[in-house]
Amino acid sequence: MATLNSLVKTFLLWELLQGLRVTLRNFFAEKVTIQYPEEKTPQSPRFRGLHALRRYPNGEERCIACKLCEAVCPALAITIESDTGPDGLRRTTRYDIDLFKCIYCGFCEEACPVDAIVETRIHEYHMETPGQNILTKDMLLAIGDKYEAMIAADKAADAAYL
Amino acid sequence: MSNDIVKFEVDGKPVEGRQGQMIMEVTDAIGVYIPRFCYHEKLSIAANCRMCLVEVDNAPKPLVACATPIGEGMKVFTRSPKAAAAQKATMEFLLINHPLDCPICDQGGECELQDLAMGYGRDVSRYTEKKRIVKDKDLGPLISTDMTRCIHCTRCVRFGEEIAGIQELGTIGRAEDMKISTYIEKSIDHELSGNIIDLCPVGALNNKPYRYSARAWEMEQHPTVSPHDCVGSNLFAHVLRGTVKRIVPRNNEAINETWISDRDRYSYEGIYSSDRMQSPRVKEGGQWHEISWEDALEKLAQTLRESNGEKVGILASPSVTIEEAHLLARIADYLGTANIDHRLRRRDFSDQGEDAQFPWLGCDIADIENCDAVLIAGSNIRKEAPILAHRLRKAAVGGAKVGFANSEVYDYYFKVAEYLAGRGLVEQLSGIAVAAAQGKKLTSAVTDLCKGVKADKQQKRMAKMLKDATHGLVLLGNIAGRHKAFSAVRALAASIASTTGTRLGFLSEGANSAGAHLAGVLPHRRSGGKTRDEDGLHAGEMLDADLHAVLLFGLEPDLDLTATEDAVKKLAEQRFVVAFSPYTSDALDDAADLQLPIGTFAETAGTFVNCEGRWQSFAGVAKPVGQARPGWKVLRVLGNLLEIEGFEYLSAADVCDELQELLGEVTPDNAYRRKKALRKPNGEDAPASDVDIPIYEVDAIVRRATALQLTPEAQRLRSTDP
Repeated sequence: MATLNSLVKTFLLWELLQGLRVTLRNFFAEKVTIQYPEEKTPQSPRFRGLHALRRYPNGEERCIACKLCEAVCPALAITIESDTGPDGLRRTTRYDIDLFKCIYCGFCEEACPVDAIVETRIHEYHMETPGQNILTKDMLLAIGDKYEAMIAADKAADAAYL
Repeated sequence: MSNDIVKFEVDGKPVEGRQGQMIMEVTDAIGVYIPRFCYHEKLSIAANCRMCLVEVDNAPKPLVACATPIGEGMKVFTRSPKAAAAQKATMEFLLINHPLDCPICDQGGECELQDLAMGYGRDVSRYTEKKRIVKDKDLGPLISTDMTRCIHCTRCVRFGEEIAGIQELGTIGRAEDMKISTYIEKSIDHELSGNIIDLCPVGALNNKPYRYSARAWEMEQHPTVSPHDCVGSNLFAHVLRGTVKRIVPRNNEAINETWISDRDRYSYEGIYSSDRMQSPRVKEGGQWHEISWEDALEKLAQTLRESNGEKVGILASPSVTIEEAHLLARIADYLGTANIDHRLRRRDFSDQGEDAQFPWLGCDIADIENCDAVLIAGSNIRKEAPILAHRLRKAAVGGAKVGFANSEVYDYYFKVAEYLAGRGLVEQLSGIAVAAAQGKKLTSAVTDLCKGVKADKQQKRMAKMLKDATHGLVLLGNIAGRHKAFSAVRALAASIASTTGTRLGFLSEGANSAGAHLAGVLPHRRSGGKTRDEDGLHAGEMLDADLHAVLLFGLEPDLDLTATEDAVKKLAEQRFVVAFSPYTSDALDDAADLQLPIGTFAETAGTFVNCEGRWQSFAGVAKPVGQARPGWKVLRVLGNLLEIEGFEYLSAADVCDELQELLGEVTPDNAYRRKKALRKPNGEDAPASDVDIPIYEVDAIVRRATALQLTPEAQRLRSTDP
C-alpha cells in the first residue's frame, strides 16, 4: 500500500505542487523586498552613520577641543590638536576622523559635552583614492552645515528618551 | 617638636605619632588618605578649606585633620558616617561657586577638585541659585588665570609669603566677596612663581604658554634634568606625539624639593623655536646650502685629516652632556691638540693651574639649609641658581646669617646680615680676609693682595660672622668666575674660608661645568684632572691664534663667548669653523663654514654632573626637530670617520660608563693649594656691569623661550639695550 501511495505521488508531481503552493501564497502576499536604492528602509533617529561637527545657530563652532571623544574612542580613530582660537577660546586646530578605523559605536557622540560631534543618518558614502578615508575638521563642519536640519530634528526626536 | 610618642587610634587601628604632630601628618605617613585642598606639606597650615573634617571621639563636632594636634588615646574616624557627611557637605559648598567648565579647563583630568568631587561629592547638584563670577587677572606672560574657578585654598598666597619671600598674591574681601589678587595690578615676577601652578588644586592658576594645547591624560611623562643651571633640578617632561608640551617638577628632596624655577619650567618653548636648524648646512662661495649628514661629516673629517692636529681648536658650551664632553676630549686627544675649553665667559686664566679638580658647592645642596653663616661673593644667586637661593633663604629664615659681597646690590627677600657693595670684589674680599686673619697668619697666596689693606667695620662684622659660625660657607658665584681678577678673588675667598674654618664653594656656569672638568675639556688638564705636558690655548686666546679648524659645540659665538671681544669677527677670519648647534643665527652664519644641527637636552640622552657632584643621567624625551641628531651620536660618527680606535659606542650610557671607569672613584674637591703670592690686580677690580648675565639670557634655549622673553625681567633688559 505504501509503495502504491508513493508511486501515485511521484507520477502526479505531488511534492512539486506542495512547493508551488508556498509560491502561490507568497505571490499574493504583501511584499517585503526593498528596491534599493530607489526604495529605502526606515531609519531610527539614533542611526549611527557618517560623522559631522555642528555649529551653534549663530555660526560658532560647538567643539571646544576637550578631547573627550578622542579619549573615549575605542578604535583610536580620532586625532585632535588644540590651541587658543582666534576668539580666545579653546578650539581645535586639527580634528581628524579615520573612517577606516571607526567602528561607528557612537561613543564620541555620547562623550561630547556640547553635542558637537554627531553621527548622522548618512550611510551612503564612498572613497575613491587612498586618503579620502580621513575626514578633516573642514569636511566634518561642511557635513554638519549641510545636514543641520536633519541632525537637529533627530536630536529633538530622541530628546525625550535621553 | 618633642619626641614624645603619642598613641592613638585611626579608624580603629592603633597608631603612633610624635607629640605636636597634626592628625593629617600621621595619617599621610601611614597611608590613610584624608581629602584636602589647602593643606600642603611644604606650606604652613591654613585650615580654611574644611575638606579634611574627621570625626574625633568625644569632640562635639567634626575637626579639621590638618590643624588638630594628636592626643594620647584619641580616637579618629576618617570614614565614619559623621565624617563622610561632613566631607560631603563641605564639597557641596565648595562646588556652589565652582563653574562646570571642566571640558575646557586645562586642569581637567589632573584636578584635585575633580578627583575629590568624584570620591566625596554628591552625584547631582541641588544648587539652583546664581553662581559667583570673578574677573580674571593679568599676571604676566607665564601664568594664566580663571579666577572664577578659585576655591580660596590660599596655597598661592602662602607660597608667596613662605617660599618666594615676597607676597605677590593676597586675599581681598571676605566670605562670598573674597578674591585672590595682586593688590595693585602687576605681573607675578618672582623667579620661582611658576610653582603656584602646581600648587593650585583647581584650574584657577595655569600654565599660560601651555594653555589649551593638550590634555593631561594624553601626554607621556618622561623624567629629565634641567640644563640651565648647575643645580640640575629634576624635571618631568610631558610629551605629546614626540613634542614636549610642558615641564613640571619631579620631587627630589636632595635637590629641588618640589619646586623648579620658571627658567626650567618655560624654557622648553625654545626647543620649538623657528631658529632650529633643520639640516646640515655648508657655506660655499658665501652662500649657505643644505647638505646631507654623510656629506657634511665627510667634509668635516676631511678637513680635520688635512689640518695640522695641533692647529685645531675646540670650544664647548658648559652645558654639554658629559658624554659629549668626553667624546670631544677624545677627538682632541686623537688630533693631538690641547686647544679645548669650555670656560667661555671666564676673563682671567692666569692662575688656571689652581682650578679645582672637581669644582663643587662645598657642601650638599640640602646642607645649605643647615649653614649658620654664608658669604656669597660675586653672585646674583637668585638669578644664577634660583633653587639654591631658595635653600639660602630657608637657612636665613631659620636664623642663619647671610652676607653678600657684590659690586651691585641685588634684592633678597630675607634679612641680609651684611651687604658689601659699591666697590671691587678684590677690595672687599681682601678687607674681609685681613679681618678674618686677625691674630692668625694670612695664607701665603694672598699676602701681597692684602698688603696695606685695612678692614672697615662692615668687613670686620662679616669676618666675625664667619668666624663665629660652626657651619659656615663661602660661595663664589658666576659673577666672581667672570671677574677680570678671578684668580685674586679665588685666592682671597680660599684664604677667608681657611682662616675662618668655613668651607669654600663654587657656583659653576652652565649645567655641566663639573662634568666638563672631569672629562678634560680643558687646555691644561686631561680627564680626571691629569695635568697636560704642554698647555693648549684657552678660551680667551684661542680665537686670536691662526688655527686650521675651530669646532664650536652647542654655543652661540656672539652671546656665549662674552669674554672674547669680537668673537664673531675673529671666527669669520679663521680658515674653517664648524658649529655643532641646535640653532642657526645670523652671527653663526657669519662665523661658521659648516653648521651641524644637534639635539637640545630634550632630544638627547646624556648625563649632567651638578654642583654637588651628583651624576644625573637622562634619556631623550622628544623627537628631534628636523634632521637634528643627538650630539654624542654625531661625535661618534665623526670619530668613526676619523678611524679613531674604540669609538664603537652603542648608547650614551656606553660613553658614560667608559668615562666613569677611566675616572675611578672621584669625589668633589675644591682644595686651593697655591703657595706663591699673587700680584695685586691693576685696575682690573673695577665693578663691571657686563659680567652679570641676565636670568633669561644664559643659554641658547632660554634666549628663544617666547614666554620667558615676554616677562618684565627680560623686557626691562630689552628697553635698556642700546
